[in-house]
Amino acid sequence: MKIADRVQQIPPSGIRKFFEIAEEMDDVISLGVGEPDFTAPWAAREAAIDSLKAGKTSYTANRGMRELREEIAKRVASQYDLAYDPDDEILVTAGASEGLDVAFRALVDPGDVVAIAQPSYISYVPGVTFAGGKPLSVPTREEDDFKLTTEILDAHGVADADMLVLCYPNNPTGAIMTEAEMAEVAKFVREHDLTVLADEIYADLTYGDEHTSIATFEGLRERTVVFNGFSKAYAMTGLRLGYAMAPPEVIAAMNRVHQYTMLSAPTTAQYAALEALQSCDNEVIEMRKQYNRRRQFVLSRFEEMGIDCFEAKGAFYVFPKCPWDDTDAFAEALLQEQGVALVPGHVFGESGDGHLRVSYAAGLNELREAMARIEAFLG
Amino acid sequence: MSTRDELLALLLENARYSTEDLARQTGADAEAVAAAIEELEASGLIRGYQAVVDWDRADQERIRALVELNVTLDRETGYDDIAGRLVKFPPVKSLRLVSGDYDFALEVEGDSLREVSKFISEKVAPVPEITQTVTHYIMETYKDRGLEMGDGHDDGRLSFSP
Ligand SMILES: Cc1ncc(COP(=O)(O)O)c(C=O)c1O
Repeated sequence: MKIADRVQQIPPSGIRKFFEIAEEMDDVISLGVGEPDFTAPWAAREAAIDSLKAGKTSYTANRGMRELREEIAKRVASQYDLAYDPDDEILVTAGASEGLDVAFRALVDPGDVVAIAQPSYISYVPGVTFAGGKPLSVPTREEDDFKLTTEILDAHGVADADMLVLCYPNNPTGAIMTEAEMAEVAKFVREHDLTVLADEIYADLTYGDEHTSIATFEGLRERTVVFNGFSKAYAMTGLRLGYAMAPPEVIAAMNRVHQYTMLSAPTTAQYAALEALQSCDNEVIEMRKQYNRRRQFVLSRFEEMGIDCFEAKGAFYVFPKCPWDDTDAFAEALLQEQGVALVPGHVFGESGDGHLRVSYAAGLNELREAMARIEAFLG
Repeated sequence: MSTRDELLALLLENARYSTEDLARQTGADAEAVAAAIEELEASGLIRGYQAVVDWDRADQERIRALVELNVTLDRETGYDDIAGRLVKFPPVKSLRLVSGDYDFALEVEGDSLREVSKFISEKVAPVPEITQTVTHYIMETYKDRGLEMGDGHDDGRLSFSP
């Protein structure tokens, strides 16, 4: 069968090779995982089970259950100072992933230039390409702690782009941006009339500085789509639930794509999410506490090993410099010889090359052992 | 959260963390951590460290009972006096003054049913101020000190994900 060009032009993910090696091995400690090692809070799981028992197995409204949208609106208002109307400014999606895809398809015309701050989550470039847009890489730098600066935006021609995609707290670097730093980006975006897709799925996971949404700056709300979800903070990856927030005309456009493709987000997951928002704050706080301890543990160990690693303050990743020039060779040898799985930074864009993504979404015992093996590997 | 509180939280989670690992997790230096722990112990805030054992998996039998105690007080004898006497018995693993239908919640542990019941009937019940004892033998422990006794769950995650 003929495979469409736009699919053929997207290479398979750079993670796959490593995945295949790891599959063949026993005793692999994986720090290559981009999802929590915790299980979804029990109350949320129970709500999902109860909904099934009660026979809640139909579609919901295209935009998601009204009650869930209301809870989301309340939550983002109190936590991030974001005011969105549950009626027409929130769309519940099958993961932030679906929200992003729907946004690209609803907002990108063929040939539109979509600037993507990198290193970044691996779905943005394919998402833009599938929608017919032209991805433009915007490399952030280690000397800026992988933050986005107006200097970088200028230097890479983002002024002439149509859209900017950014993700802070960031996967894979763990970088966050302070309010003042984000204000600079907001100013640039306003001046150059860009649309912004802000992937804020790690917003709850910051250690120290609180998350500031770019949509809170003057003139940004009307040009921004904010994405969030339950996968990371609530450890609900497999339930596939996220949401997008934007002005009514944008949500209407996204909903048009969504209603013809997804129809509605998984109903069972919506019940779990509702409960998560209503009663699971303490679990989120506890998980964040645990992540922070592990983060400090891993950073301390890299420092002891003399591996250069900037202080990541968000998500559950650190992004150390690779001790070898060839990052792929290092990651492969470390996996083969010591059974420790890390992801080479270039998987997340060229600007990630020379670094390794180390996920600390793993128990302390695993982290301790993994770090000991890395130390042994370095000799 | 102060380093002291954070250390306490970590030790409550796992008292076997090494000083170095405690330091790494809190971002403090190892000497400061050692000093803080010494202080926690010296002040009596930390009373000790114990393993949480799932006795259902042991060959050896372990009998535990929760005992509700009702007492009457008089001018010379207060709760503390009664408690002070009961805590001295080694089989008493915990003793708490509680609100509600009874006064003390007592936890007793021994090697056999006989030993435990004998202790309650011969050492606890005869205490003059104790007017009533209700003994509940523990038949199954599902969770103890925050730890589930089940089989845990396997990490079902893929070894790599984006
Ligand atoms: C930055 C980022 N955005 C989106 C996603 C996908 O999230 P969801 O599970 O909500 O689709 C991930 C998952 O790894 C991510 O890291």
